Amino acid sequence: MDPIKSNLLSPVALAFALGVVARVIKSEFSLPRDVYAALSVFLLFSLGLKGGVELGHADLSVVAWPAVVTLALGCLTPLSAYAVLRGLGRFSVSDAAGIAAHYGSVSAVTSIAAVTFARGMNAEPEGFMPTLLTLLESPGIHIALAIGALKTAKPGQSVKSVLHEVLTGRSMVLLVGGLIVGLLMGEQHWAGIEGFFDTRGAIFKGALTLFLLEMGVVAGSRLSDLKRVGPFLLGFGVLMPVVHGLAGAWLGTLAGLSVGGATVLAAMAASASYIAAPPAVRMTLPEANPTYYLTASLVITFPFNLLVGIPLYFEAARWLHGAGGA
Amino acid sequence: MMLERLKLVTLVAEPVLEERLTSKLLELGATGFTVTDSRGQGSRGIRASTVPGEGVRIEVVVSADVAAVILQHVKDEYFPSYAVIAWVAEVEVVRGDKYV
Repeated sequence: MDPIKSNLLSPVALAFALGVVARVIKSEFSLPRDVYAALSVFLLFSLGLKGGVELGHADLSVVAWPAVVTLALGCLTPLSAYAVLRGLGRFSVSDAAGIAAHYGSVSAVTSIAAVTFARGMNAEPEGFMPTLLTLLESPGIHIALAIGALKTAKPGQSVKSVLHEVLTGRSMVLLVGGLIVGLLMGEQHWAGIEGFFDTRGAIFKGALTLFLLEMGVVAGSRLSDLKRVGPFLLGFGVLMPVVHGLAGAWLGTLAGLSVGGATVLAAMAASASYIAAPPAVRMTLPEANPTYYLTASLVITFPFNLLVGIPLYFEAARWLHGAGGA
Repeated sequence: MMLERLKLVTLVAEPVLEERLTSKLLELGATGFTVTDSRGQGSRGIRASTVPGEGVRIEVVVSADVAAVILQHVKDEYFPSYAVIAWVAEVEVVRGDKYV
Protein backbone atom coordinates (compact mmCIF):
# COMPACT_ATOMS: atom_id res chain seq x y z
CA MET A 1 0.00 0.00 0.00
CA ASP A 2 1.09 3.54 -0.68
CA PRO A 3 2.93 4.75 2.47
CA ILE A 4 1.18 8.13 2.66
CA LYS A 5 -2.26 6.58 2.33
CA SER A 6 -1.51 3.82 4.80
CA ASN A 7 -0.16 6.42 7.22
CA LEU A 8 -3.28 8.55 6.99
CA LEU A 9 -5.34 5.52 8.00
CA SER A 10 -3.09 4.59 10.93
CA PRO A 11 -4.66 4.72 14.40
CA VAL A 12 -2.37 7.56 15.53
CA ALA A 13 -3.25 9.78 12.58
CA LEU A 14 -6.97 9.06 12.89
CA ALA A 15 -6.92 9.62 16.65
CA PHE A 16 -5.19 12.96 16.10
CA ALA A 17 -7.81 13.93 13.53
CA LEU A 18 -10.59 12.93 15.92
CA GLY A 19 -9.08 15.19 18.58
CA VAL A 20 -9.06 18.13 16.17
CA VAL A 21 -12.64 17.44 15.11
CA ALA A 22 -13.76 17.18 18.74
CA ARG A 23 -12.39 20.66 19.32
CA VAL A 24 -13.82 22.10 16.11
CA ILE A 25 -17.34 20.93 16.97
CA LYS A 26 -16.78 22.40 20.44
CA SER A 27 -17.10 19.11 22.27
CA GLU A 28 -16.10 19.43 25.89
CA PHE A 29 -14.00 16.29 25.53
CA SER A 30 -10.36 16.35 26.52
CA LEU A 31 -8.13 13.99 28.45
CA PRO A 32 -7.59 15.00 32.07
CA ARG A 33 -4.29 16.88 32.38
CA ASP A 34 -2.77 14.30 34.68
CA VAL A 35 -3.58 11.45 32.33
CA TYR A 36 -1.98 13.36 29.47
CA ALA A 37 1.10 14.00 31.60
CA ALA A 38 1.25 10.35 32.69
CA LEU A 39 1.00 9.14 29.10
CA SER A 40 3.88 11.38 28.05
CA VAL A 41 5.97 10.07 30.95
CA PHE A 42 5.23 6.50 29.88
CA LEU A 43 6.04 7.15 26.21
CA LEU A 44 9.30 8.99 26.88
CA PHE A 45 10.50 6.60 29.56
CA SER A 46 9.72 3.56 27.41
CA LEU A 47 11.62 5.13 24.53
CA GLY A 48 14.61 5.81 26.77
CA LEU A 49 14.62 2.34 28.39
CA LYS A 50 14.40 0.46 25.14
CA GLY A 51 17.04 2.74 23.63
CA GLY A 52 19.35 2.10 26.56
CA VAL A 53 19.01 -1.68 26.32
CA GLU A 54 19.71 -1.51 22.58
CA LEU A 55 22.64 0.83 23.10
CA GLY A 56 24.14 -1.91 25.27
CA HIS A 57 24.51 -4.17 22.23
CA ALA A 58 25.49 -1.48 19.77
CA ASP A 59 29.00 -1.35 18.41
CA LEU A 60 30.68 2.02 18.92
CA SER A 61 31.79 2.06 15.30
CA VAL A 62 28.16 1.75 14.17
CA VAL A 63 26.94 4.55 16.42
CA ALA A 64 29.81 6.98 15.87
CA TRP A 65 28.98 8.33 12.39
CA PRO A 66 25.24 8.66 12.98
CA ALA A 67 26.09 10.53 16.22
CA VAL A 68 28.38 12.92 14.33
CA VAL A 69 25.82 13.73 11.62
CA THR A 70 23.12 14.10 14.27
CA LEU A 71 25.17 16.74 16.08
CA ALA A 72 25.80 18.46 12.74
CA LEU A 73 22.04 18.48 12.07
CA GLY A 74 21.46 19.84 15.56
CA CYS A 75 23.66 22.83 14.72
CA LEU A 76 22.29 23.26 11.21
CA THR A 77 18.53 23.23 11.80
CA PRO A 78 18.28 26.24 14.15
CA LEU A 79 20.64 28.28 11.96
CA SER A 80 18.78 27.57 8.74
CA ALA A 81 15.42 28.24 10.39
CA TYR A 82 16.70 31.50 11.86
CA ALA A 83 18.21 32.63 8.55
CA VAL A 84 14.99 31.93 6.63
CA LEU A 85 12.75 33.59 9.22
CA ARG A 86 14.95 36.65 9.52
CA GLY A 87 16.02 37.00 5.90
CA LEU A 88 12.88 36.02 4.00
CA GLY A 89 10.20 36.28 6.65
CA ARG A 90 11.38 39.62 8.08
CA PHE A 91 10.64 38.47 11.60
CA SER A 92 12.15 40.33 14.55
CA VAL A 93 15.27 38.85 16.15
CA SER A 94 13.29 37.55 19.12
CA ASP A 95 10.52 36.02 17.04
CA ALA A 96 12.95 34.44 14.57
CA ALA A 97 15.13 33.03 17.37
CA GLY A 98 12.08 31.83 19.31
CA ILE A 99 10.66 29.95 16.33
CA ALA A 100 14.12 28.65 15.36
CA ALA A 101 14.56 27.20 18.86
CA HIS A 102 11.40 25.14 18.31
CA TYR A 103 12.62 23.86 14.94
CA GLY A 104 16.09 23.16 16.29
CA SER A 105 14.74 21.07 19.13
CA VAL A 106 13.01 17.74 18.62
CA SER A 107 9.45 16.53 19.03
CA ALA A 108 9.85 13.17 20.76
CA VAL A 109 6.32 12.16 19.76
CA THR A 110 7.09 12.77 16.09
CA SER A 111 10.13 10.54 16.46
CA ILE A 112 8.04 7.83 18.14
CA ALA A 113 5.48 8.07 15.35
CA ALA A 114 8.30 7.74 12.80
CA VAL A 115 9.65 4.62 14.54
CA THR A 116 6.18 3.09 14.54
CA PHE A 117 5.65 3.98 10.90
CA ALA A 118 9.02 2.59 9.76
CA ARG A 119 8.32 -0.69 11.55
CA GLY A 120 4.96 -0.87 9.86
CA MET A 121 6.79 -0.62 6.52
CA ASN A 122 9.13 -3.46 7.57
CA ALA A 123 12.08 -1.13 7.96
CA GLU A 124 13.15 -1.60 11.57
CA PRO A 125 15.14 1.45 12.70
CA GLU A 126 18.38 1.05 14.65
CA GLY A 127 17.83 0.54 18.36
CA PHE A 128 20.01 3.50 19.31
CA MET A 129 17.74 6.14 17.75
CA PRO A 130 16.69 7.52 21.18
CA THR A 131 20.37 8.28 21.85
CA LEU A 132 20.44 10.33 18.68
CA LEU A 133 17.29 12.13 19.80
CA THR A 134 19.01 13.42 22.93
CA LEU A 135 22.06 14.45 20.88
CA LEU A 136 19.88 16.38 18.45
CA GLU A 137 17.80 18.14 21.05
CA SER A 138 20.37 20.03 22.99
CA PRO A 139 22.46 21.98 20.43
CA GLY A 140 19.33 22.78 18.45
CA ILE A 141 17.55 24.67 21.16
CA HIS A 142 20.62 26.28 22.69
CA ILE A 143 22.02 27.74 19.51
CA ALA A 144 18.75 29.49 18.68
CA LEU A 145 18.28 30.78 22.23
CA ALA A 146 21.88 31.98 22.29
CA ILE A 147 21.40 33.94 19.06
CA GLY A 148 18.30 35.57 20.47
CA ALA A 149 19.81 36.31 23.86
CA LEU A 150 23.01 37.73 22.40
CA LYS A 151 21.33 39.84 19.74
CA THR A 152 18.75 41.33 22.03
CA ALA A 153 21.45 41.73 24.72
CA LYS A 154 19.02 41.31 27.54
CA PRO A 155 20.89 41.55 30.84
CA GLY A 156 19.82 39.55 33.86
CA GLN A 157 18.68 36.40 32.07
CA SER A 158 21.41 33.95 32.92
CA VAL A 159 22.43 31.28 30.46
CA LYS A 160 22.57 28.96 33.43
CA SER A 161 18.85 29.11 34.12
CA VAL A 162 18.05 28.31 30.48
CA LEU A 163 20.50 25.45 30.48
CA HIS A 164 18.88 24.19 33.65
CA GLU A 165 15.41 24.53 32.14
CA VAL A 166 16.33 22.48 29.07
CA LEU A 167 18.49 19.84 30.72
CA THR A 168 16.13 19.16 33.60
CA GLY A 169 12.97 19.30 31.50
CA ARG A 170 10.65 16.32 31.60
CA SER A 171 11.63 14.94 28.23
CA MET A 172 15.38 15.16 28.82
CA VAL A 173 15.26 13.57 32.29
CA LEU A 174 13.02 10.72 31.15
CA LEU A 175 14.91 10.07 27.93
CA VAL A 176 18.45 10.38 29.21
CA GLY A 177 17.49 8.76 32.52
CA GLY A 178 15.74 5.94 30.68
CA LEU A 179 18.77 5.43 28.45
CA ILE A 180 21.05 5.11 31.47
CA VAL A 181 18.67 2.83 33.36
CA GLY A 182 18.24 0.68 30.25
CA LEU A 183 21.96 0.52 29.66
CA LEU A 184 22.68 -0.44 33.27
CA MET A 185 20.00 -3.10 33.65
CA GLY A 186 20.75 -4.83 30.37
CA GLU A 187 18.86 -7.51 28.50
CA GLN A 188 18.29 -9.82 31.46
CA HIS A 189 16.25 -7.39 33.54
CA TRP A 190 14.63 -5.88 30.48
CA ALA A 191 12.93 -9.24 29.87
CA GLY A 192 11.00 -8.77 33.11
CA ILE A 193 9.45 -5.41 32.15
CA GLU A 194 9.47 -5.71 28.39
CA GLY A 195 5.81 -6.64 28.28
CA PHE A 196 4.90 -3.25 29.72
CA PHE A 197 7.50 -0.88 28.25
CA ASP A 198 8.22 -2.47 24.87
CA THR A 199 7.91 0.21 22.21
CA ARG A 200 6.70 -2.46 19.78
CA GLY A 201 4.04 -3.69 22.18
CA ALA A 202 0.31 -3.10 22.23
CA ILE A 203 0.40 -1.10 25.47
CA PHE A 204 2.85 1.40 24.03
CA LYS A 205 0.96 1.77 20.77
CA GLY A 206 -2.30 2.18 22.65
CA ALA A 207 -0.80 4.87 24.87
CA LEU A 208 0.59 6.64 21.81
CA THR A 209 -2.85 6.59 20.19
CA LEU A 210 -4.49 8.10 23.27
CA PHE A 211 -1.74 10.69 23.54
CA LEU A 212 -2.30 11.76 19.95
CA LEU A 213 -6.01 12.02 20.53
CA GLU A 214 -5.27 14.65 23.15
CA MET A 215 -2.60 16.28 20.94
CA GLY A 216 -5.36 16.69 18.38
CA VAL A 217 -7.51 18.46 20.97
CA VAL A 218 -4.62 20.77 21.90
CA ALA A 219 -3.83 21.54 18.25
CA GLY A 220 -7.52 21.96 17.47
CA SER A 221 -7.95 24.55 20.19
CA ARG A 222 -5.26 26.66 18.53
CA LEU A 223 -6.69 26.27 15.05
CA SER A 224 -8.07 29.81 14.97
CA ASP A 225 -4.52 31.14 15.45
CA LEU A 226 -3.70 30.01 11.92
CA LYS A 227 -5.38 33.16 10.68
CA ARG A 228 -3.16 35.32 12.84
CA VAL A 229 0.24 34.00 11.87
CA GLY A 230 0.13 34.96 8.21
CA PRO A 231 0.89 33.02 5.02
CA PHE A 232 4.66 33.13 5.43
CA LEU A 233 4.66 31.11 8.63
CA LEU A 234 2.17 28.67 7.12
CA GLY A 235 4.55 28.01 4.24
CA PHE A 236 7.52 27.90 6.60
CA GLY A 237 5.81 25.34 8.83
CA VAL A 238 5.51 22.96 5.90
CA LEU A 239 8.60 23.67 3.79
CA MET A 240 11.20 24.02 6.54
CA PRO A 241 10.51 20.50 7.87
CA VAL A 242 10.76 19.10 4.36
CA VAL A 243 14.20 20.72 3.89
CA HIS A 244 15.39 19.58 7.33
CA GLY A 245 13.86 16.14 6.81
CA LEU A 246 15.54 15.60 3.46
CA ALA A 247 18.86 16.77 4.93
CA GLY A 248 18.33 14.28 7.76
CA ALA A 249 17.50 11.41 5.40
CA TRP A 250 20.55 12.20 3.26
CA LEU A 251 23.03 12.61 6.13
CA GLY A 252 21.58 9.59 7.94
CA THR A 253 22.02 7.46 4.83
CA LEU A 254 25.58 8.73 4.37
CA ALA A 255 26.34 7.83 7.98
CA GLY A 256 25.25 4.26 7.35
CA LEU A 257 21.79 4.22 8.92
CA SER A 258 19.23 1.78 7.52
CA VAL A 259 16.15 3.03 5.66
CA GLY A 260 14.20 2.94 8.92
CA GLY A 261 16.93 4.71 10.86
CA ALA A 262 17.35 7.41 8.21
CA THR A 263 13.56 7.93 8.21
CA VAL A 264 13.50 8.44 11.96
CA LEU A 265 16.53 10.77 11.91
CA ALA A 266 14.83 12.75 9.13
CA ALA A 267 11.59 13.00 11.10
CA MET A 268 13.50 14.16 14.18
CA ALA A 269 15.39 16.82 12.22
CA ALA A 270 12.15 17.92 10.57
CA SER A 271 10.17 18.06 13.79
CA ALA A 272 9.57 21.08 15.98
CA SER A 273 9.28 20.75 19.72
CA TYR A 274 6.13 21.90 21.48
CA ILE A 275 6.74 20.50 24.97
CA ALA A 276 10.33 21.31 25.87
CA ALA A 277 10.92 24.45 23.82
CA PRO A 278 7.98 26.75 24.65
CA PRO A 279 8.78 27.33 28.34
CA ALA A 280 12.49 27.75 27.61
CA VAL A 281 11.75 30.31 24.90
CA ARG A 282 9.17 32.09 27.01
CA MET A 283 11.73 32.50 29.79
CA THR A 284 14.64 33.55 27.62
CA LEU A 285 12.98 35.56 24.87
CA PRO A 286 9.89 37.12 26.42
CA GLU A 287 9.49 39.52 23.48
CA ALA A 288 8.97 36.62 21.08
CA ASN A 289 5.28 36.17 20.37
CA PRO A 290 4.11 32.74 21.62
CA THR A 291 1.33 32.67 19.04
CA TYR A 292 3.96 32.40 16.29
CA TYR A 293 6.06 29.61 17.69
CA LEU A 294 3.26 27.57 19.24
CA THR A 295 1.08 27.74 16.16
CA ALA A 296 3.93 26.94 13.78
CA SER A 297 5.21 23.95 15.72
CA LEU A 298 1.97 22.54 17.09
CA VAL A 299 -0.71 23.37 14.55
CA ILE A 300 1.29 23.33 11.30
CA THR A 301 4.49 21.31 11.50
CA PHE A 302 3.43 18.57 13.90
CA PRO A 303 0.34 17.48 11.92
CA PHE A 304 2.23 17.89 8.64
CA ASN A 305 5.00 15.57 9.79
CA LEU A 306 2.59 13.10 11.32
CA LEU A 307 0.37 12.82 8.26
CA VAL A 308 2.58 13.53 5.23
CA GLY A 309 6.16 14.23 6.32
CA ILE A 310 7.08 10.86 7.81
CA PRO A 311 6.01 8.82 4.76
CA LEU A 312 7.77 11.36 2.56
CA TYR A 313 11.04 11.01 4.48
CA PHE A 314 10.64 7.25 4.31
CA GLU A 315 10.33 7.40 0.52
CA ALA A 316 13.35 9.71 0.39
CA ALA A 317 15.40 7.37 2.56
CA ARG A 318 14.38 4.39 0.43
CA TRP A 319 15.29 6.25 -2.74
CA LEU A 320 18.63 7.36 -1.30
CA HIS A 321 19.47 3.80 -0.32
CA GLY A 322 18.56 2.62 -3.81
CA ALA A 323 20.61 5.39 -5.40
CA GLY A 324 23.55 4.42 -3.24
CA GLY A 325 23.71 1.18 -5.19
CA ALA A 326 22.71 -0.95 -2.18
CA MET B 1 -10.40 37.11 68.41
CA MET B 2 -7.47 39.41 67.65
CA LEU B 3 -7.39 40.26 63.99
CA GLU B 4 -4.59 42.11 62.27
CA ARG B 5 -4.86 44.19 59.10
CA LEU B 6 -2.48 43.09 56.35
CA LYS B 7 -2.35 43.08 52.52
CA LEU B 8 -3.31 40.17 50.33
CA VAL B 9 -1.37 40.39 47.07
CA THR B 10 -2.76 38.23 44.26
CA LEU B 11 -0.82 37.57 41.06
CA VAL B 12 -2.28 35.69 38.12
CA ALA B 13 0.47 34.72 35.70
CA GLU B 14 1.57 32.36 32.97
CA PRO B 15 2.52 28.98 34.46
CA VAL B 16 6.10 29.34 33.25
CA LEU B 17 6.63 32.20 35.72
CA GLU B 18 5.56 30.30 38.84
CA GLU B 19 9.00 29.29 40.03
CA ARG B 20 10.57 32.68 39.39
CA LEU B 21 7.75 34.62 41.02
CA THR B 22 7.44 32.52 44.15
CA SER B 23 11.16 32.49 44.87
CA LYS B 24 11.21 36.26 44.38
CA LEU B 25 8.29 36.70 46.80
CA LEU B 26 10.22 34.95 49.54
CA GLU B 27 13.29 36.99 48.73
CA LEU B 28 11.29 40.22 49.01
CA GLY B 29 10.03 39.37 52.47
CA ALA B 30 6.99 37.11 52.19
CA THR B 31 6.97 34.24 54.67
CA GLY B 32 4.93 31.92 52.47
CA PHE B 33 2.52 31.81 49.55
CA THR B 34 -0.33 29.80 48.03
CA VAL B 35 -0.43 28.72 44.38
CA THR B 36 -3.48 27.40 42.58
CA ASP B 37 -3.93 26.44 38.93
CA SER B 38 -6.31 28.68 37.09
CA ARG B 39 -7.93 29.26 33.74
CA GLY B 40 -8.99 32.44 32.09
CA GLN B 41 -8.56 35.05 29.45
CA GLY B 42 -7.19 38.57 29.50
CA SER B 43 -6.01 41.42 27.32
CA ARG B 44 -3.10 39.37 26.01
CA GLY B 45 -5.51 36.68 24.90
CA ILE B 46 -5.25 33.15 26.18
CA ARG B 47 -2.32 32.09 24.10
CA ALA B 48 0.81 32.19 26.14
CA SER B 49 1.00 28.59 27.35
CA THR B 50 0.86 25.35 25.40
CA VAL B 51 -2.58 24.71 26.76
CA PRO B 52 -4.45 27.94 26.04
CA GLY B 53 -5.80 29.83 29.00
CA GLU B 54 -3.82 28.10 31.71
CA GLY B 55 -2.38 30.19 34.46
CA VAL B 56 -1.28 30.14 38.06
CA ARG B 57 -2.80 32.25 40.78
CA ILE B 58 -0.31 33.15 43.47
CA GLU B 59 -1.57 34.60 46.73
CA VAL B 60 0.53 36.02 49.50
CA VAL B 61 -0.29 37.88 52.72
CA VAL B 62 2.29 40.52 53.60
CA SER B 63 2.80 43.89 55.24
CA ALA B 64 1.93 47.04 53.28
CA ASP B 65 5.62 47.78 52.67
CA VAL B 66 6.38 44.36 51.26
CA ALA B 67 3.23 44.51 49.12
CA ALA B 68 4.47 47.74 47.54
CA VAL B 69 7.88 46.23 46.79
CA ILE B 70 6.29 43.13 45.23
CA LEU B 71 4.05 45.19 42.97
CA GLN B 72 6.94 47.39 41.85
CA HIS B 73 9.00 44.31 41.01
CA VAL B 74 6.19 42.70 39.02
CA LYS B 75 5.55 45.96 37.19
CA ASP B 76 9.20 46.42 36.20
CA GLU B 77 10.07 42.83 35.36
CA TYR B 78 6.95 41.21 33.98
CA PHE B 79 4.27 43.62 32.83
CA PRO B 80 6.10 44.57 29.60
CA SER B 81 6.36 41.09 28.06
CA TYR B 82 4.32 38.61 30.04
CA ALA B 83 0.68 37.95 30.75
CA VAL B 84 0.49 38.91 34.43
CA ILE B 85 -2.08 40.75 36.47
CA ALA B 86 -1.73 41.83 40.08
CA TRP B 87 -3.96 43.35 42.71
CA VAL B 88 -3.94 44.08 46.41
CA ALA B 89 -6.73 43.69 48.92
CA GLU B 90 -7.07 44.59 52.57
CA VAL B 91 -7.45 41.49 54.70
CA GLU B 92 -7.79 40.79 58.38
CA VAL B 93 -5.95 37.72 59.49
CA VAL B 94 -5.58 35.76 62.66
CA ARG B 95 -2.06 35.23 63.94
CA GLY B 96 -0.81 38.29 62.08
CA ASP B 97 2.75 37.77 63.26
CA LYS B 98 3.03 34.74 60.98
CA TYR B 99 3.09 36.98 57.92
CA VAL B 100 5.61 39.68 58.74
